[in-house]
This record gives sequence, C-alpha cells and structure tokens, in this order.
Amino acid sequence: MPKRDRWDASNGAGAPAPAAHWDEAPRVRALIAAYDGVPGALLPILHALQEDFGFIDARAVPLVAEGLNLSRAEVVGVIGFYADFREEPPGRHILKVCRAESCQAMGSEPLTGHVLDRLGVEMGGTTPDGAITVETVYCLGNCALSPAVMLDGRLHGRVSSATIDRLIAEARS
Amino acid sequence: MTRVFVPGDAAALSVGAEEVAEALAREAPARGVSIEIIRNGSRGMFWLEPLVEVETAAGRIAYGPVAPADVPALLDGGLLEGKPGALCHGLTEAIPYLANQERLTFARCGVTDPFSLDDYRAHGGYRGLARALALTPAAIVEEVAASGLRGRGGAGFPTGIKWRTVLEQPAGQKYIVANADEGDSGTFADRMLMEGDPFLLIEGMTIAGIAVGATKGYIYIRSEYPHAFRAFSRAIHIAREAGLLGERVSGSAHAFDIEARLGAGAYICGEETSLLESLEGKRGLVRYRPPLPAIQGLFGQPTVVNNLLSFAAVPTILAEGAAFYANYGMGRSRGTMPLQLAGNMRRGGLVEKAFGITMRDAIEGFGGGTASGRPLRAVQVGGPLGAYLPESLLDTPIDYEALAAVGGMLGHGGIVVFDDTVDMARQARFAMEFCAAESCGKCTPCRIGSTRGVEVIDQVLARADVPANLALLDDLCEVLADASLCALGGLTPNPVRSALRHFPEDFDRAPAVTIAATSG
Ligand SMILES: Cc1cc2nc3c(=O)[nH]c(=O)nc-3n(C[C@H](O)[C@H](O)[C@H](O)COP(=O)(O)O)c2cc1C
Ligand code: SF4
Ligand code: FES
Repeated sequence: MPKRDRWDASNGAGAPAPAAHWDEAPRVRALIAAYDGVPGALLPILHALQEDFGFIDARAVPLVAEGLNLSRAEVVGVIGFYADFREEPPGRHILKVCRAESCQAMGSEPLTGHVLDRLGVEMGGTTPDGAITVETVYCLGNCALSPAVMLDGRLHGRVSSATIDRLIAEARS
Repeated sequence: MTRVFVPGDAAALSVGAEEVAEALAREAPARGVSIEIIRNGSRGMFWLEPLVEVETAAGRIAYGPVAPADVPALLDGGLLEGKPGALCHGLTEAIPYLANQERLTFARCGVTDPFSLDDYRAHGGYRGLARALALTPAAIVEEVAASGLRGRGGAGFPTGIKWRTVLEQPAGQKYIVANADEGDSGTFADRMLMEGDPFLLIEGMTIAGIAVGATKGYIYIRSEYPHAFRAFSRAIHIAREAGLLGERVSGSAHAFDIEARLGAGAYICGEETSLLESLEGKRGLVRYRPPLPAIQGLFGQPTVVNNLLSFAAVPTILAEGAAFYANYGMGRSRGTMPLQLAGNMRRGGLVEKAFGITMRDAIEGFGGGTASGRPLRAVQVGGPLGAYLPESLLDTPIDYEALAAVGGMLGHGGIVVFDDTVDMARQARFAMEFCAAESCGKCTPCRIGSTRGVEVIDQVLARADVPANLALLDDLCEVLADASLCALGGLTPNPVRSALRHFPEDFDRAPAVTIAATSG
C-alpha cells in the first residue's frame, strides 16, 4: 500500500494547476455545494467525488480547495494520506483481498498468490483488459468466516481458490 | 403466516444468505405456503451461517448452514413446521454456544428486525433513555461510573470518568463521537451491532449526549464496512423520523442528532485523536496530548470519544441499574465482554461473557478448537498490537489485569487462533510491516523503526547473522516502545517480542557457525 507511505505528501509538491476548461467542473462544483455548511466536509466530499468518478481527478483538486477555503496542498495531502482515495481510474471491478492475521491463519497468503496468478498482475495492479484491480485490505470484519475478500463492496467469506475463480469469471463476463 | 428469519448481516450475506432468502421466497409460495421473511442481524454463530430460523409455538428453530440448493429439500422436510432433520439444530436459544453466553449488549442482535423500532421497544429498547430522561446529567454519569464500565475500544479507560470530565467543562458546543473504526483483525462486534441492533447504539449515544450536554454526535465508520454504513444511516433516519433524534429527543427538552461519517482506509484513524483530525477533514495525524479530547476534542470542543461497544453497554446500565451490570465480571473488569472468536477456529463467532472466562473456555469450549483440526500453536488476543500467546497460557482468565500480567492485552476482544503450521517469525515480520504501512508518520521511531524492523526480520528469515540481527531487533523494539507518540508504534513490539519469547525456535534459522563463516 504505497499510499500509506506518502505521509509527507503535504509538502504540496505536485499540486496541479487550476484547469482552465474542464467539462466536469460544474458537476464537481455542484457536488461540493451539497456539503455547504457541513463542518469538516473534506472526506465526505472526496468520497462523493470518488463514488461519482471512480477516482479523484487532479482537476477536481483546485475546485475542492476553493470550495472549502483550503490550500491545494492541504487537499493533496489528505488525498495522499488515505489508502482509499485513488488518483488514477481503477479497473471496472475492484477486488480487495484481506491479508490481516485472522485471514492469514486461514490461508490468505496462498489465496493471494492464486488471485495474482489468475489475474496476472501484481498487488495493486489492474488487469490489461481493465476489468479488475486487485488490492490488499487489512480486515473486512469477516474474521469468523476467514479468508475473506470484497468484490465491488460486496463481502465474501470462506473463500477458496474456486470462489476466486468464480468471482473473477463473473466480473469478466 | 409463518415467520422465517434470514440474516441481512454482511457476514451472513458473504456466505449466501441473500440467495437463501431468495430461494425461500420462491420455493415456499410454489408449495402453496405464504411466509414472511425477516432480515434479522446475525446471532453471531458464524459457522452456522447462513442460519435460517423458523418461528414455531415452541420457539425459534435453527437450520444451518443452509445453502440455496438445500432450500427445496428443507421445505419438503418440514422446515416451516420446525421439524428436525438434516441441518436442524433445534431451538436456537438452546444451542449451547448461545445458551452458555451472558448476552447483555448482544441480547437483541439476531433476534429482532434491526430496523423495527416496535421490535426494539418490545425487547426492552429505549428503557435506558426513559430512565436517563428522569435523572440529572450528573446522576447519569454517576450511574455509568458505578457500573465499572471500561472502554471497549482497547485502552480500558473508565467510561464514567471520561464522561464526568466532559460534563464538568463549561456549557457550550460539546460532541459525542462513536469510534466504529474497528480496524483490529479478528474483530467484528461493532459491525454486527451496527447491522443487527443499530438503535441500541443510537440510544447509548443519545444518553451520552444528555449526560454531558452534547447536542451533536458523530459515528466514524471504517470504509471497509459499506454495508454497516448503509444500515446505520438507515437507522439514524428512522430514529429521526420517530422523534428519537432531533430537536426534542423523545419529546424531552434535549436536542441530539447523529451524523455517520466514513473513514478512508487508515488503521491509525481508530486512534481517537487521529480520528478527530479525520472528522475535521484532515490527514489522520495523531495529536500530542494534553489537551485530552474530553477537554479539547472535535473542532477544539469538549468531546466524548468512546468505542461503539462502550456506548452500547450504557442503555442496559441505565435500564437495569449500575449494580446489575457490575454484578457480572471479576476484579476491576466489570460487566460482560463481547469476545470475537476468529482465525483458525472451528466455531468462529461472537461470544458475550462476563469477564473472568478463561481463554481456554472461550477457544475450546465455545470455539471447538482449530478449524483445521491440527494442534493450536498460538493465539493473538487484542488485535494486531496484541501479544502472541502460546497454548500453555490459555488458562489465563479474560480480564484486563490478568491478561496484562502475562504480557497480553484484551483490546477490542478479538481472539485469533493459529494452528501449528504458523511461522511465528513471519507473524513478527507482519507486525512490523503493518506498523510501517499504517504509521501516520508523525514520529520517527514508528515511521522509520518499523521499516527497519521488517528489514531486520528479513535478514533473520534469510539466515543472515541471526544473533546480531535479533539483538538489533530487540533494540528497535525498545525504541518503538519507549519513544513512540501513540500505541501503534508503542505496542508493535508486543506481537514481535512475544513471538520471540514464546516461539524462539521459529527464529533460530541457522547455526551460528555458518553465519559467522558467510558474513565474516
Ligand atoms: C493504533 C490505534 C488504533 C485504534 N483503533 C481503535 C478502533 O478501531 N476502535 C476503537 O474504539 N478504539 C481504537 N483505538 C483506541 C482509541 O484511541 C480510544 O482509546 C477509544 O476509542 C476510546 O474509547 P473507549 O474508552 O470506549 O474504549 C485505537 C488506538 C490506537 C492507538
Ligand atoms: S507512533 Fe506511529 S502512528 Fe503513532 S503518532 Fe507516532 S508515527 Fe503516528
Ligand atoms: S482478518 Fe480478514 S476479515 Fe478480518
């Protein structure tokens, strides 16, 4: 999870310049306006943006900063701090594989190996056909039914390599 | 019409509960019977999920684990009459796993429809709030203090003392914050309650608000729990519509409302000051203290931050009285603890028991030993920062002080079992790796030390200069423990050192002679 190492992203390096013409700007502004008067609205806004666009487009950063009266560096710093926020579009489906202790005790490491083999990607990568992005997660709260994975927000428990094959096939179909 | 219960809990859904409910909805009418399907929470007997229950004159009869394909045969075999047969476990309440528990906080979870206020009230809900409304704020706080309730989020701090501090702050904007970040591996109690008995939490937070004079509450739910977030948001909406949240709570003069917020995939945001930063829309950097959150918390205002289970214990304490609650437990650990049995466990699930049950009773009695059937080798209690304990310590009672005496900690009550195939050096490595991945970066020992820790253990795993590297590892642990700002860095040595202490053979990777020869 490289993002988690980016604790120093707050130096603001790489904060994008304002986009002069961006077709989506009105949509982003409307979305930000919905949080008018909500204290500490940055995370909810970033979640809403990601929900809508699939990732946080760099062109949205100045709009968010402006809307919340923050510096662009602050917004970039927050995006960089949290593992959830993506700066690139992910695959059409997102498969999160739990690799925390309870799932380790039930074979999550061989299972992870199987997932990566099947998809032919490294952890964090997206299949060449753009179908699936695979990520590590530390605990999905399904530890009594370990090992667990989550596909597009839906939890799966007692996961075997056969389950993985089925989920991948469904995601690709 | 026969009432049938199929959990809508995320874990039950993760093994096919939705498909089972669909099969029942399809197959029962096809046989000319009409049924009402209620989507309850989970009873916490996850090895039986999907668990289908049928209401009969004698009580609810349990069937599980039910696969969608089992449904036609179960119906033909008399499931709707509660007839015995394959997958039938008889009366749910008589299943030893449940019957032997002391369920106070989880008394309703899995029993009721989580979104029915009528159901909630019919099962004792909102009696705690009614009593609180008849008391002064100070009397509510004293009731909580007298119950002996200690925070269920990990540190075990007395809840009454925290509330008293906030109550004593000058009137003004104060906040209630429920910590539902539940990042510890092996834990799922918060999730179960949000999905299975959300009004309990709403009631507990409301009582807290009235007790300390706070009108606004937040619940910070980790983003790995989208289902719980939706369920809880729905419950807030229902409570608001019913006048149980809002300007006049239950028609009283008290205002209280709750807003649910999503985390964003950072374990450190479970630490209370990091959580407050996150709620304020910032990076989750841990704050220096003082000031305590109780004095200057969210947006600089006095704030009660409690684990969700701490709030959830409060309605019972108010409804039944402090003495009732304090009667459970041992020593300075009063009341009940929702334990979560996980990992390589035959019967994983939620076990709420009075403090004092031994780990062995929990793991062997309730859990039935390992899922693999192989010998148990190590147990990690209290999440990723908890110690790894060997089989020989299983007779330790589950109690804050007794666990501390053997180098362990209860944390949020997660118990993760490993069988004899575990490699404890790898587990120690993971502890360091996890700390490195989740460090907020504010202090050097944690940020740099954990990364160094991974490298050093890698050297050990590669059989390079083992004694020297183990000495280095010990130094690193020393620095982490002594110089970290918060418990992420401060407690990461727990799993590492306990692995070394109890399982030294796993670190003894190569004869020292070979090392001297190759590294010299
Ligand atoms: C790294 C770290 C992670 C934590 N994660 C959680 C968590 O997920 N949930 C929680 O309630 N407390 C967590 N805590 C403990 C909180 O800081 C705090 O003590 C707790 O929320 C107070 O509530 P309580 O007194 O009811 O336990 C964590 C602490 C640390 C140091
Ligand atoms: S110990 Fe780690 S997580 Fe805690 S404040 Fe320091 S750097 Fe942040
Ligand atoms: S450790 Fe994998 S779901 Fe909790």
